[in-house]
Amino acid sequence: MTGPDVPEPLHEVTVSVNGVRHTATVPARRLLSDFLRHDLALTGTHVGCEHGVCGACTILVDGAPMRSCLMFAVQARAHELTTVEGLGTIDAMGPVQQAFSECHGLQCGFCTPGFITTITAYLEENPDPTAEEARDAISGNLCRCTGYQNIVKSVLRAAEIRASADLGAPPLIDADARAGEAPP
Amino acid sequence: MTTRQFGQPIKRKEDPRLVTGGGRFLDDLGHTAYAAAFVRSPHAHARILDIDVTGALDVPGLIGIWTHEDLPGKVGEPLPLLIPHPSLTAPVTGYCLAPDEVNHVGEAVVMVVAVDRYAAEDACGLVRVDYDVLPPVVGLENARAATDLVHDSAPGNVAAHLVQEVGDVDIAMAAAPNRLTLDLQIERSMCSPMEGKGVYAVWDADDEHLRLWSSTQTTTGVRAAVAAKLDLPLAKVDCIAPDVGGGFGVKIVHPWPEEVLVPWTARLLGHDVKWTEDRREHFVSSAHERGQLQQVEVGFDDDGHVLALDVRLWHDNGAYTPYGIIVPIITSTQLLGPYKPGSYRCEFWSLYTNTVLVTPYRGAGRPQGVYAMERTMDAIAAELGLDRAEVRSRNFILPEEMPYDHGLLFQDGRPLKYDSGDFPASLAKLKALVGWDEFAAYKEQAASEGRRVGLGIGCYVEGTGVGPYEGGHIVIETSGRVNVATGLTTQGQGHQTVFAQIVADELGVPIENVFVTTGDTRRMGYAVGTFASRAAVMSGNAIALAARQVKAKALRIAAEALEVSPEDLEIVGGMVRVKGAPGTSMALGTVAVMSNPLRYAFDEAARAATQFAGGNDPDKPPVAAGEEPGLEGKDFYSPTQATFANGMHAAIVETDPVTAEIRILRYCVVHDCGPMINPMIVEGQVHGGVAQGVGGALYERMVYDESGQLLNASFMDFLMPYASEVPFIETDHLETPSPLNPLGIKGAGEAGCIPVSAVIASAIEDAEGFPIRSMPISPTELWELRQRHTEPVAAQGEPS
Ligand code: FES
Ligand code: FES
Repeated sequence: MTGPDVPEPLHEVTVSVNGVRHTATVPARRLLSDFLRHDLALTGTHVGCEHGVCGACTILVDGAPMRSCLMFAVQARAHELTTVEGLGTIDAMGPVQQAFSECHGLQCGFCTPGFITTITAYLEENPDPTAEEARDAISGNLCRCTGYQNIVKSVLRAAEIRASADLGAPPLIDADARAGEAPP
Repeated sequence: MTTRQFGQPIKRKEDPRLVTGGGRFLDDLGHTAYAAAFVRSPHAHARILDIDVTGALDVPGLIGIWTHEDLPGKVGEPLPLLIPHPSLTAPVTGYCLAPDEVNHVGEAVVMVVAVDRYAAEDACGLVRVDYDVLPPVVGLENARAATDLVHDSAPGNVAAHLVQEVGDVDIAMAAAPNRLTLDLQIERSMCSPMEGKGVYAVWDADDEHLRLWSSTQTTTGVRAAVAAKLDLPLAKVDCIAPDVGGGFGVKIVHPWPEEVLVPWTARLLGHDVKWTEDRREHFVSSAHERGQLQQVEVGFDDDGHVLALDVRLWHDNGAYTPYGIIVPIITSTQLLGPYKPGSYRCEFWSLYTNTVLVTPYRGAGRPQGVYAMERTMDAIAAELGLDRAEVRSRNFILPEEMPYDHGLLFQDGRPLKYDSGDFPASLAKLKALVGWDEFAAYKEQAASEGRRVGLGIGCYVEGTGVGPYEGGHIVIETSGRVNVATGLTTQGQGHQTVFAQIVADELGVPIENVFVTTGDTRRMGYAVGTFASRAAVMSGNAIALAARQVKAKALRIAAEALEVSPEDLEIVGGMVRVKGAPGTSMALGTVAVMSNPLRYAFDEAARAATQFAGGNDPDKPPVAAGEEPGLEGKDFYSPTQATFANGMHAAIVETDPVTAEIRILRYCVVHDCGPMINPMIVEGQVHGGVAQGVGGALYERMVYDESGQLLNASFMDFLMPYASEVPFIETDHLETPSPLNPLGIKGAGEAGCIPVSAVIASAIEDAEGFPIRSMPISPTELWELRQRHTEPVAAQGEPS
């Protein structure tokens, strides 16, 4: 162990983020979330709890959703990372991003990047979910603004957009993205 | 004609940026700033004996450490009491850093600044603080008993005591043929926005100017508070709210200690400083709300009309009262909901405890008030064997009685006078939506299958859009771009979209040309803030008024150029044109050019505007008397009173006969916030509010132990609902316009969460057949209640 007055040893980390290789020198305890946000200035990945519960920091590690607040930057060596910035741009939004915008799937937008990465990975495996499955798929992420209903709707809409080669052509789905019980 | 934007579910202008990672939240700024961290009290109540920082001094990257002793002048004085009230006889506010006593776990004691947060926290861990632990006051019963005191200056732990009475309750109660008493309890919860607080300060030494970003609900408030604390002229301080990741009330409080200390150290060090609150800090050093004990005595006739309502409330205000007693005042007034009791008295005590301070959380005292009133309505119905909706409707204020003056003073110090609403119509819609009249048959059928279901209802009225004022500023550039500014802040309500909708309609410009800035004191120095569901009402109307001014000016200028009278002109699609002769027109951008006669030309538009461009009348000054250069307008909206929105919710719950698990099968909302600027956004606000309400009804509570430790200060243990806990929400709307403001609108931000605890309690009571008097309720608690109600004799003998 090093004492409080001894500088920490540094480690060189090379990672690929959104297809771009980055090399940086960081202490072993540097969280991957802090590395992305402050060393690489990719601030789309948000930190809501720093203890792995809220999902705001979710990124894709080799395509699989992971909580970047629970990983050290040095653990990301040699992995392919994708953050929300890698899933589309203002002028060319990805299907999940487009669906969130169409369905009012966000209010403050703080939780949104974590949902978008999570849903992107989910739809890769489950391209045609039911409303109930969609609700299940997002049940590991916290949002304090939306009440989730329009996020469920966004998942279904994103699936629709992905399925359609012609982006934006299908009409907006009805509000019956309902995951509740049938009325009595 | 272009379609009217007001009332359309337009996609939000802010979203493309936010969904692609382009948001700029507080911690996204200032990557090279020094980081602040705080040593916070581990004790609920203690005297500070000694602080020893020597162990921390060798931490690599440490920049500075400060304790209360180091704070000069006003920085070291108590934080301001923002909202005084005559009944708040023992106000106490905290300090930026505690001087000699700490009053809750989490109170800041030492500030550390280092090159990054890691180093700052290393240093915090090596600061030693010695405490003499004092007996803590935790929970309302202990506060009320006052065996120990939180502050010596607050005898009986009482911060405030207030009685409001309309009519003679004692006489009416004595004369009432039926009387009931209810003892009720509602626990603490908290706003818990996904982004905590945060402050980033840049001191420009050359210009002696402070630029401050805060994740706040009021930048004008923070600016004024910080300028006062740091002895800076207001003109030398700017405050900007970047993207804010949710507020829900907690970020209206200001200045937080960090909002003073971060700029103070930035100036002292000549270096940017930033503090980003972490989740644990947010739990223990921001604010909570809701906790109350309530006692209701009600007198009523045999038809269920309330003749006398006598309410006593004990409100837990935590360790300090910087935000005054707004919350219990709102509870005591908004408790009345859509009803008109024959007489009403509400007496409350706002009590200190050694816990995190209590300030408004979405709903701000209303959820508690509605809970008290609606539990009472259900109790009356049960007592008389009447339908619960019928009892409510017999007590409704009727549309023809509007405006209805309750004879009480509201939170803004003005009369509690409802301006609008049609409660019978709302109830009819709700009953139709949930299938009220068919429920008995459904319940019976469910029972035959061994299932327990219950139907609950809750009604509320919400004072929204309280003053004093907000402003709107609009300037049209020569390109036709319309810049709109209002001073209040945004935390996800879609202001960039809804205010653009208003301006697009008022000015006749494409919505794509309208750009809205909120919460930036550089653009609008006069503002109050975003709270009390006031943004759309206050800024929406101010912006509409400003747009009308700009429009009038544009028409004046264009009329002169086109040699017609302004009345003959209209603006459509950004073109000013002669009505009936759309060929004769000019772009608003061109009008902007003409509004600003120039000496120097630097582009095409400017060349057309120079005084040498020709076409000027040599006998007139370039800027006419009474005019100003620029196509610009500014106006303020300041109402005489709040406008009152209302709503009614119903839920069907199922309780597991064995495990006592509680499931919401259906959740129905009827909401009346007047005409909706953007129904999609209103709907979203309702969804989010209901979700928070469900959290408060079934999952969320702040678990303090007897020593004042908050045991569930993490998202692991504080059970905020995930998607799996929130029901599908069915909505219907009534749009009763407010007569009070130009747009006829009422606020919507808080509505969704207000009646939820009342509704869920009502539904569980209906399912179980015994009264629910304490919320939130967990399956364990429900199971215990069942034991008590099925085995009354055994239960009596057991300690409770
Ligand atoms: S910040 Fe990583 S899960 Fe919350
Ligand atoms: S949109 Fe604000 S937390 Fe999800």
